[in-house]
Amino acid sequence: MTNVPDAASNTTHAGEARTEVGPMVIVIEDEPQIRRFLRASLTTQGFRLVEAVTGEDGLVQAATRQPDIVILDLGLPDMDGLEVIRRLREWTAVPIVVLSARGQERDKIAALDAGADDYVSKPFGVGELLARMRVALRHTTVGTKDAAEPVFSVGDLSVDLVRRHVQVAGQQVHLTPIEYRLLTTLIRHAGKVMTHNQLLTEVWGPNQADQAHYLRVYTAQLRRKLEVDPARPRYLLTEPGVGYRLAAE
Amino acid sequence: MPEGRPDPDVLLEQVKEEEAHARRGRLKVFLGAVAGVGKTYAMLQTARERKAEGVDLVVGWVDTHGRAETEALLPGLEVLPRRPIEYRGQVLTEFDLDLALTRRPTLILVDELAHTNAPGSRHAKRWQDVMELLDVGIHVYTTLNIQHLESLNDVVTQITGVVVRETLPDSVLEQADEVELIDLPPEDLLQRLKEGKVYVPEQAAEAVRSFFRKGNLIALRELALRRTADSVDVQMRHYMRDHAIRKTWPVTERLIACVGSGPHSVRVVRAAKRFADSLRAAWIVAYVETPAHARLSEADRARVADTLRLAEQLGAETVTLSGSHVSDELLRHARERNVSKIVVGKPEHRRWRHRLFGTIADELIRGAGETDVYVISGEESPNVPYAAPRLRRAVGWQPYARAVGIVTLCTGLAWIMFPYFELSNLIMVYLLGVVLVASRSEPGASILASILSVAAFDFFFVPPFLTFAVSDTQYFVTFAVMLVVALVISGFTVRIRWLAEAAGQRERRTAALYALSRELAGTPGVASILEAASRHITDVFRARVVFLLPDGAGVLTAHGSPGRIELDSTELGVSRWVFEHNQPAGRGTGTLPGAKALYLPLAASRGSIGVLGIRSNDPNALETPEQLHQLETFANQTALAIERGLLAEEAHAAQVRVETERLRSSLLSSVSHDLRTPLAAITGASSSLLETGDRLDTGTRRELLETIGDEANRLSRLVHNLLEMSRLESGALKAHMEWYPLEEIIGAALARVGKAHKDRQILTRLPDDLPMVPVDDVLIEQVLVNLLDNAAKYSPSHTSIEVAARREDGAIIVEVADRGSGLHAEDLERVFEKFYRGKRPYGRGAGLGLAICRGFIEAHGGRIWAANRPEGGAVFRFTLPLTGTPPDVRSEDD
Repeated sequence: MTNVPDAASNTTHAGEARTEVGPMVIVIEDEPQIRRFLRASLTTQGFRLVEAVTGEDGLVQAATRQPDIVILDLGLPDMDGLEVIRRLREWTAVPIVVLSARGQERDKIAALDAGADDYVSKPFGVGELLARMRVALRHTTVGTKDAAEPVFSVGDLSVDLVRRHVQVAGQQVHLTPIEYRLLTTLIRHAGKVMTHNQLLTEVWGPNQADQAHYLRVYTAQLRRKLEVDPARPRYLLTEPGVGYRLAAE
Repeated sequence: MPEGRPDPDVLLEQVKEEEAHARRGRLKVFLGAVAGVGKTYAMLQTARERKAEGVDLVVGWVDTHGRAETEALLPGLEVLPRRPIEYRGQVLTEFDLDLALTRRPTLILVDELAHTNAPGSRHAKRWQDVMELLDVGIHVYTTLNIQHLESLNDVVTQITGVVVRETLPDSVLEQADEVELIDLPPEDLLQRLKEGKVYVPEQAAEAVRSFFRKGNLIALRELALRRTADSVDVQMRHYMRDHAIRKTWPVTERLIACVGSGPHSVRVVRAAKRFADSLRAAWIVAYVETPAHARLSEADRARVADTLRLAEQLGAETVTLSGSHVSDELLRHARERNVSKIVVGKPEHRRWRHRLFGTIADELIRGAGETDVYVISGEESPNVPYAAPRLRRAVGWQPYARAVGIVTLCTGLAWIMFPYFELSNLIMVYLLGVVLVASRSEPGASILASILSVAAFDFFFVPPFLTFAVSDTQYFVTFAVMLVVALVISGFTVRIRWLAEAAGQRERRTAALYALSRELAGTPGVASILEAASRHITDVFRARVVFLLPDGAGVLTAHGSPGRIELDSTELGVSRWVFEHNQPAGRGTGTLPGAKALYLPLAASRGSIGVLGIRSNDPNALETPEQLHQLETFANQTALAIERGLLAEEAHAAQVRVETERLRSSLLSSVSHDLRTPLAAITGASSSLLETGDRLDTGTRRELLETIGDEANRLSRLVHNLLEMSRLESGALKAHMEWYPLEEIIGAALARVGKAHKDRQILTRLPDDLPMVPVDDVLIEQVLVNLLDNAAKYSPSHTSIEVAARREDGAIIVEVADRGSGLHAEDLERVFEKFYRGKRPYGRGAGLGLAICRGFIEAHGGRIWAANRPEGGAVFRFTLPLTGTPPDVRSEDD
């Protein structure tokens, strides 16, 4: 779990991405303590902050303010957080990061499948939240610009998406077609969590969504080919009970 | 006690009695001297009056005998349909008790109280049906002829010469709240008889001849009048007691009646009953079990039991004494119980024994002292059916042949000795022979041996030889003495043997009972008590046994050994009845004798706690009174043991509750401590930052901030653990199993732990061919995180932690090992207990982590345990069973 000092060390990193007018974030959260802490840390990071206490208020604010990102607490007093996500997704692709308690994996999956971009488990450190927000914001900018960069690289792993070459520490790695498809799907969403459902649908097609063990077998195979120690993955991370995430940095 | 004030104990008893009485229905008996006096008529007339008063009234069973006047009273009354019962191809109709109980009227009419129900009915006798009606609070009107009353049975037989077979225990009539005598002078009755108003005409002539003689009618009428007067007298006494009238408070007298195995004993019992009633005395009926009891025929023993049962029905207390002398035992008991009168029958022993030794009556009179002895005539009335003649023990010819053989041998021996010894020594040889015969055989054989010995002695050794003639008359004295001595010796020898046999039998009974009670005393738990009891009962009675105990809802459920009795709905009904009424029923009893098995209530101090069912393959087993008595003793012993077991279980449950309560309070204290410590640290650190933040240097500020972060994380972990624990305990936790590569879950756990223990070296050893395993990934990840946290916490930070897994016997074994100081031997099991903190030096946990691990692993059907590594440090291992078929993942071929 990331502690407060970590968040402090990330400050400079986030500062580079700051534009003249910082990105606007709507925080939909009913707990005043959490809002207070988010207000303090996000404004210092250069975000313009709009607060909403209820889901209804949050939807109105989102429609009027045109935010760059939404932080949504799943446990709101007036309406289900899932409902907020669905209603937002009816008209906007704005990135949504969900706040949820640990142990409520089903809620997280539901939120992600409904269109949320990522999640943070309470209690969380501000560094963790900023990292998620950064990834989510980057994906929207990438999506709006031209297609993904031709070469993806993180650590010793580099994937040439045009030539379909995968290298680990300069060594060519041979992947089967499904392994490659799985890897490129994860690369498209690098840094973001992908639920089992999303991966199965994207890699195997919509009819295989209930064959979660396929996914596990292929991620295990991928790890053996890409990771130094498959039991301690550097790139292909597991989010227990939710899905997988490809490390982006 | 002040004059005129009743004894408070008596009053208390009376209050209890009245309370029971208030709930019971009231019984009114219309009593008549003979049939035809108009009892049914009177009953129906009274019923019509009640009906007019608006009483909810039903005619349960009324026989009008086709009399027009009586039948005319029936219309307008609700009549219950009768129950048809098929018996030997004939359809009989009987009173439908169950229908009556369901209908549950305020008042019901049930004619002919002494009626015997058809086989297949619930009770053998109608009065038992009536008792059940009264028990549930239904009032009953019924009719009775005086001749059916048990205690008057002999008298009626003597007067009329007709044996009445349907009898009613006197106690039933005594329970009647009201007795109304329906009286008709004999002349009028005979007149009605002639007019054909009593029986249907063709039967009338026969009835008149055999029964309705004027003399009979007068005598019976007197009996009925006297009995009614008695019951009025009882009511009067109750009235006097209730109103503290102390005029004629009778001295409590007690009499004892001695019964034997003969058929006349029943008469003694009935006479004693009448006697006791007239004296208002308590009465005891005693049977003395002498060694001779053992050689009584089955029929005789059954008669003893029947006699005692009859005595109980008539209201006597019964005792069975044992000893070698009837009169001694009886007198001893009489003295102990302060008995003032002894009733005994004139026994029908053979005359010579009477003359020689005197009868029991004579002995009693001699030894009675102050006590009065009443001797009842033992003469048999010609009309009383003589009970089956004594069944002798099957006696073959062998004992007699042996007697002849032994006498022949003696003769041979004496013949050899004859030239050298005196005649008196030869007599000794014969006496030895008689003793030998007596010690092994029947009394008859030893008598034969005695006589043969004298004859052989005379024939071979008394001059003139080889003839029975005797030259010297003085030899007659020799013969006589020799015969008497032989007979006496053989008598004593036989008697000693019987004593030994009886003692042996009693010894076996006692030993069996002792074995049972000893085993029951040492057996904890109701289930094992039942198991032990059925084993013993099965062994001793060679019968199948079942125990029925009420479950939580009060439904009787069977417990017992294999091969127990199959219980269909009929048998269950019988056992239900036994349980509710706390009385035996089923085969061999008067209630529901159609059942396949015999059912005894398990009577403990709190009342009936269950039912013992027993069924023997041998139809005659369990019929002898000794066996029944012994069975009852066994049932009582078992009942007490079961009750003890139930009490122990209750005590145990109470103890568990106390223990739970204790645990709960220890939880509270532990949790409140664990919650308060980080809260105090956070509050302290944040307040110092707030209040003195400006003056603190950067290093200190950072330290305080780190404290806040660490303590908050600790608090978060604790709350998470508490939530998981309560989820486990409430049973809300369900493992959602899916097939996972273990490597993935270990990886996730390492990632989570790695953040908290950044500089800790954690080694993993996983074989490449480790199969997928069905688990709930979130739960197992949590287990691994807890174990890794634990390992990190209890071992020095420079040492490494190892995680390994391997496949073994259809399961995956995962282990997390550290290089710390290990666990105390006694902690190895206890560390998994909730809130248990081991005896390890720097423990700071709440004692939940490992308890949660155990809960999660058990939810997977696995096992978790701890051990110390030989090279130092602790290792925690758990198994994950590989159940089900792993998913088939097709290899890629595209």
